[in-house]
Amino acid sequence: MPKKIKKSYIVSFIAVVLGFLLLCLLFDTGLLGKKSAYFNGLLVVGMFYTIIVCSLNLLTGYMGEFSLGHAGFMSIGAYASAIVTTLIANQAELPGVVLYIIAILVGGIAAGIIGVLVGIPALRLSGDYLCIVTVAVAEIVRVVLSNFGIPAVTGTATFGKSFAGIQKVSDYHYVYITMVLCIVVMYCYIRSRYGRALISIREDRIAATASGINVTRTKVLTFTISAFFAGVAGAIYAHYITTLVPTYFNFSKSSEFLAIVILGGSGSLTGSIVAAPILSALPQLISYVVPSFASYRMLIYAVILVVVMIFKPTGLFGGKEFSLYGLLEKISGRKKDKKEG
Amino acid sequence: MLKVENLNVHYGVIHALEDVSLTVNDGEIVTLIGANGAGKTTTLHTITGLKKATSGTVTFDGVDLLKEEASKIITHGVAHVPEGRHIFIDMTVRENLEMGAYMYGRKQKALIEERMEDVFQKFPRLKERQNQLAGTFSGGEQQMLAVGRALMANPKIILMDEPSMGLSPLLVQEVFDIIKEVNAQGITILLVEQNAKMALKVADRAYVLETGKIKLSGDAKELLRNDEVKKAYLGA
Repeated sequence: MPKKIKKSYIVSFIAVVLGFLLLCLLFDTGLLGKKSAYFNGLLVVGMFYTIIVCSLNLLTGYMGEFSLGHAGFMSIGAYASAIVTTLIANQAELPGVVLYIIAILVGGIAAGIIGVLVGIPALRLSGDYLCIVTVAVAEIVRVVLSNFGIPAVTGTATFGKSFAGIQKVSDYHYVYITMVLCIVVMYCYIRSRYGRALISIREDRIAATASGINVTRTKVLTFTISAFFAGVAGAIYAHYITTLVPTYFNFSKSSEFLAIVILGGSGSLTGSIVAAPILSALPQLISYVVPSFASYRMLIYAVILVVVMIFKPTGLFGGKEFSLYGLLEKISGRKKDKKEG
Repeated sequence: MLKVENLNVHYGVIHALEDVSLTVNDGEIVTLIGANGAGKTTTLHTITGLKKATSGTVTFDGVDLLKEEASKIITHGVAHVPEGRHIFIDMTVRENLEMGAYMYGRKQKALIEERMEDVFQKFPRLKERQNQLAGTFSGGEQQMLAVGRALMANPKIILMDEPSMGLSPLLVQEVFDIIKEVNAQGITILLVEQNAKMALKVADRAYVLETGKIKLSGDAKELLRNDEVKKAYLGA
């Protein structure tokens, strides 16, 4: 059994490296020509979506609680990191990588801290009540950002007027590595003792408590980790788009993240990894191919959601993890069968 | 020894337990019987910290359990098998058992293995199906698993909440055999039951709970012959 897992890890690692090389080939050699910048944008957006959707899946899929406020945590990460990097950039010239690392750490930690502060009182609630609290938190963050500002940093009186001139350091190479690291950490968390405790709470809170699991602590820890990665995604976004407006992080953004989680399959990180880039790029691609259709792109989204919910209510991957190694084994197994047969 | 004294518990304005006192001596099987809503489950939940008491004391071997957090209760040797077969249905049997040993932490792998072997010895059926998903188990097997999981923590006392609930008569007999077997190995049992007849048969002593108060108590075999008990709970 462990040998199989080892092999599976090696296969996944090779796939990750190959994916990286493929991206380098596509973008660094100018293979895409003029369109390169456009697809580069879709790629970075797809990758930070993947991070935030996976982070939300920790809550929805493994903790069994809904959050409709992940855009709020994302905005905290975005603004906190942007303020810090702008301050640093005003003082000294630092290489992009260093700024990028500072940005994602600051973004993640800031969102994580807010996550703890919100989580401790909010996680006494569950289900619908917790969901409403997360909506409220995201709204509070958005309103505060709209009316508050640091003129010395942003140049404008409030953040609400748009926070421009952020360093563009979210290069897709770094973002790719960040994404892989984030997913690995989340995967390890789920597979760890704490992850097991988390799943047991989802399945049966009373039995989990009786087995000696501190329900509140496990939930707050998970909520914090989820908020941390949402903050990382926010930091990547801020340093890619370079101009932040609070209205981007509105309720419909939060619900979009949740919709992707459900579509990919809640409780399946691989589901999120597949669904996030596709669904984040889809509206863009629609408006790119048929410009007149741009304002209807959310309609497509809704239709896809409805169709998936009818035909596969558990989402594309339905709570199961997809394994490349498993697929390879299946394919080679089938070939063998054919030869023998 | 588990000692509950003058326990009062409220749900809002409802006085669910009124001055409940009971003792469970080491090695005994004590049963707490009563009708629906009498407060049996509430008593267990209060002992294991899932419900807060208004007043009273609960001590186990000198430790004040009411001051402990629910998740720490098990570290004092008090295991709880909740009502309605609370097992983790999406986990395998082995994983379910591992959850029972959660308090040991990751460093004590050898100890956990030892406990697992012990449980497997008691319930060979669990060993046969250790990699099967618990949700695919029958009712009786699930109850067996729930007891096995409680045993993983090597408890001194097991509080069992209606282990016979929703089981066919044959399986009920099986579950009660399990209880006797576990008790024979020196583990004290506090059994909450609606199936008064079965419970009184296996128990040493019994308490009858009625609308939050202890109505009767005494030797289980005597209560089995008590006219009042017969009329109210045994349907004779």
